[in-house]
Amino acid sequence: MSSADIYKELILDYYRNPRNFGKLEKYDIDSRDTNPLCGDEVEMQIRVGEGQRIEEIKFVGKGCAISQASASMLTELAKGKQLDWVKQVGKEDIFKMLGNPDLGPSRVKCALLGMKVLKTGVYGYLGAHYEEPDGPDPAPQPGK
Amino acid sequence: MLKTEVLDIEKLRADFPILKRKVHGKRLVYLDNSNTTQKPRVVMDAISDYYSKHNSNVHRAVYALAEESTEAYEGARRKTARFVGASDRELVFLRGTTEATNLVRFAWGETNVKKGDLLVATKMEHHSNIVPWQLLAKSRGATLKFVDLHPDGTLDMGSFESLLKESPKLVAVTHCSNVLGTINDVARICAKARSAGATTMVDGAQAVPHLPVEVGSIGCDFYAFSGHKMLGPMGIGALVARRELLEEMEPFHGGGEMIREVFLDHSTWNDVPYKFEAGTVNVADAIGLGAAIDYLNAVGMGKVREHEVRLLEYALSSLGEVKGFHQYGPLDSGKRAGVVSFNYADVHPHDLATILDEEGIAIRSGHHCAQPLMRWLGVTATSRASFHLYNSYDDVDALKAGLKKAGGIFKV
Repeated sequence: MSSADIYKELILDYYRNPRNFGKLEKYDIDSRDTNPLCGDEVEMQIRVGEGQRIEEIKFVGKGCAISQASASMLTELAKGKQLDWVKQVGKEDIFKMLGNPDLGPSRVKCALLGMKVLKTGVYGYLGAHYEEPDGPDPAPQPGK
Repeated sequence: MLKTEVLDIEKLRADFPILKRKVHGKRLVYLDNSNTTQKPRVVMDAISDYYSKHNSNVHRAVYALAEESTEAYEGARRKTARFVGASDRELVFLRGTTEATNLVRFAWGETNVKKGDLLVATKMEHHSNIVPWQLLAKSRGATLKFVDLHPDGTLDMGSFESLLKESPKLVAVTHCSNVLGTINDVARICAKARSAGATTMVDGAQAVPHLPVEVGSIGCDFYAFSGHKMLGPMGIGALVARRELLEEMEPFHGGGEMIREVFLDHSTWNDVPYKFEAGTVNVADAIGLGAAIDYLNAVGMGKVREHEVRLLEYALSSLGEVKGFHQYGPLDSGKRAGVVSFNYADVHPHDLATILDEEGIAIRSGHHCAQPLMRWLGVTATSRASFHLYNSYDDVDALKAGLKKAGGIFKV
């Protein structure tokens, strides 16, 4: 793993200039989650249009470059898609979207926070419940 | 270079097997000592020796192994008590500081705190000195308030004294902040709290490993610390309390070892401190802690402190030269332990820690189990480098080089 490889231009660009950053005045879905290890925060708002399409999507958040860039890129990817698309998205898609950086196990959570927020919100809107495939947070929370 | 004026670092490092390993092909630069410290060979040997030669349960059987185990366990208690200037009857072995604050919450708090009472902590506490009091306040219908901080990360004594006017039942304060490094004048705080009628609880988890500590001269009711932060093993720590207090308190856990007599309708309790050590105790790790204390005593806690002060001063001045470096905590090294919490430009601490890890440098990044303090600082996270006796100027230099590398990657 090389950190120069993880922090490519792409991730740094989205970290410093996040696209779709902000809040919507009218929205149908509002979903927020944090990563207890880092304290990363992501909140997404979605307005659902005709044909169950993601008409508008924005996010706000605080945290590391990986979590914030990933959330921002995901909003771009999701815009205009049908809600069912969100069900199909998996972690491999997120890694690919980020340019397949070689993330260690403790940083994978950062990359996937945006996806978790998006899925939780959309599943809830569709009357379903999203559960992370890996179960409870596998990353240990360090002490003092 | 490695010989600071105080300690022979090369000689000390040779005692710690883990410091010989490489991380990502680089020398391990371990700067996460506020989180947990590395262990010298003598600590591992003491644990292995116990299991190889003496293993048996304590305070029960009468055969040779049991007597050896009991003697070794009680010997570790004497050493640990003496290390902080307490008597062995006043020292309860527990898993660590968190278990100690929870013991006080239940065994003291549930009987002594009444509806409408006030509990006081400070805004620089670790979660383990906040959450038990929140739970206690909730279960007893009490209120929990917090002492404010000055902008430099020291306690606002004016805020403390105005809370004392409300006659709190408990004052809980850390001896040394795990984020800011601030060393609080706990003797003064406890004296004022006591004259206001409050019981006092001091979190010594970040003090006992780094400073000479005399619990008697602090004058607190409860004092807690953890073995793994002072070169000892994980899973062992201690609560020191005045003997009368321990005697009048209810037990914490019920079970074997903590009883005198058990009937079907009631039980009576063992003498202190055994009353608070229910079940099979952690003999091996208590002995490991005893070995760590022997090691620290041989070096001398005064020297450990002096060494860390020099490293702190070097780190603040050297890292302070890096553009974008911003540190938190008092600048007076006389009031601060060897802890440097900082942020670097707009590089998030987790991103920085990933880049430093690649250089073999281990620092902590995140909220340090002190989220209220993070909010007070106006940040979501900080990076933190913290020292112990095996660190030296070369570790600070490695950290500085790592910051510059991160600056290059992030185009700071």
